[in-house]
Amino acid sequence: MPHNLHVPTAELESRGYTSTEALVTTDWLADHLNDPSIRIVESNEDPLLYFSGHIPGAVEVDWTRDLNDPVRRDYLNKEEFQQLMGRIGVTPETTVIFYGDRNNWWATYALWVFTLFGHEKVKILDGGRQKWLLEGRSLTKEMPKVTPTSYKAQARDDATERAFREQVLQHVKTQKKLIDVRSPQEFSGERLHMPEYPNEGALRGGHIPGAKNIPWAKAVNTETGEFRNAEDLRALYEQEAGLKKNDDVIIYCRIGERSSHTWFVLKHLLGYKQVRNYDGSWTEWGNLVGVPIEK
Amino acid sequence: MAVPEKLQEILDTLELVPDRSDRIQFLISLAEQFKPVSSEIAAKPYPEQSRVPGCESEAFVFATASNEGTLDYHFAVENPQGVSAMALAAILQQGLSGAPLAQIQQVPDELVYSVFGRELSMGKSMGLIHMVQMVKALAQSHSNKETMTS
Repeated sequence: MPHNLHVPTAELESRGYTSTEALVTTDWLADHLNDPSIRIVESNEDPLLYFSGHIPGAVEVDWTRDLNDPVRRDYLNKEEFQQLMGRIGVTPETTVIFYGDRNNWWATYALWVFTLFGHEKVKILDGGRQKWLLEGRSLTKEMPKVTPTSYKAQARDDATERAFREQVLQHVKTQKKLIDVRSPQEFSGERLHMPEYPNEGALRGGHIPGAKNIPWAKAVNTETGEFRNAEDLRALYEQEAGLKKNDDVIIYCRIGERSSHTWFVLKHLLGYKQVRNYDGSWTEWGNLVGVPIEK
Repeated sequence: MAVPEKLQEILDTLELVPDRSDRIQFLISLAEQFKPVSSEIAAKPYPEQSRVPGCESEAFVFATASNEGTLDYHFAVENPQGVSAMALAAILQQGLSGAPLAQIQQVPDELVYSVFGRELSMGKSMGLIHMVQMVKALAQSHSNKETMTS
């Protein structure tokens, strides 16, 4: 993977990941705030959070306004992505470093969308906002001065990192691996939605047949927001869920955001080659007519 | 039924700020004005019945009765990153404390969207809506007590 800004910190190397290239530490970022080859991007669930104070130099990418089509259920198109990259001052050579609230949930989602357009120089700030603040590092309200760029993106690749319902159905028929990252109650069908998300429900409860349930947040140390080490992650995904590194894996949740976090873990930290995010997820599958469901 | 006067004033001010970044700055200034509940009113650990369900900002709602038969609202937001929860707490505190209980009960849940817009994640919007609902439930509960004792 062409992340050309390798960050070989002992702290990350000691965790045993297949690669540490898609991560940076808070120490590293603090030393590179003025590095012109990087662009720091904050993506949050709370719409006020970035403006209340962000890492110096960081720009905001909002998951709804910037990444989603306002009408159809889909992501932005190539032209819109080019405009976004131009607005936030990114060139194809820029390494984009994402961070955010909620254990980098939305940061990994933004990273996944950037990957669809072939921008592979992407990294996550390990621990996100939580760790930056825990360490007493400073935030600023000052808006960065961004020089707009002209960015030429490749067409959105919906085949490599993204899965659609027909492919999921084929996955079920051929008994390939599926990971459901929702809560155990959603997985079992006891709940049709996340405990406090009643409006994002589905007509049917349960899970896609054959899926294993590994809730996304298990990959994170909740005290620091950092990713767990490789041994812990392998215990989750390989011993508990039975994945093997060469498996063809599809991950899903409710609308495809929590699953992007697990996609990041499997692809970038554990080195899985074939892992796709089914962003239609349960809000599509649980409303489809005639598809198989397991409870 | 009209929403309480002070709340309407805040909403009217927001109406005058259509630009997103200006509106965000206004809401952040409200969040910065937010003062958490004093220890005389509620001490930590706060009781679970005061916790706003599903709010990842860990918000708590309290009410104290005034001699006029109204309520003064108090909030705690335990997650320092819960800026939207703090802004809404400030709005509810300033806009609803001392207001007629019947009016408070009629405040629409959609207040959250009037304040923050509709570009909220489902999780965020539900947490904030639950704050509004808890405030209304406290008004209803106090109103019922007043009726029983009168």
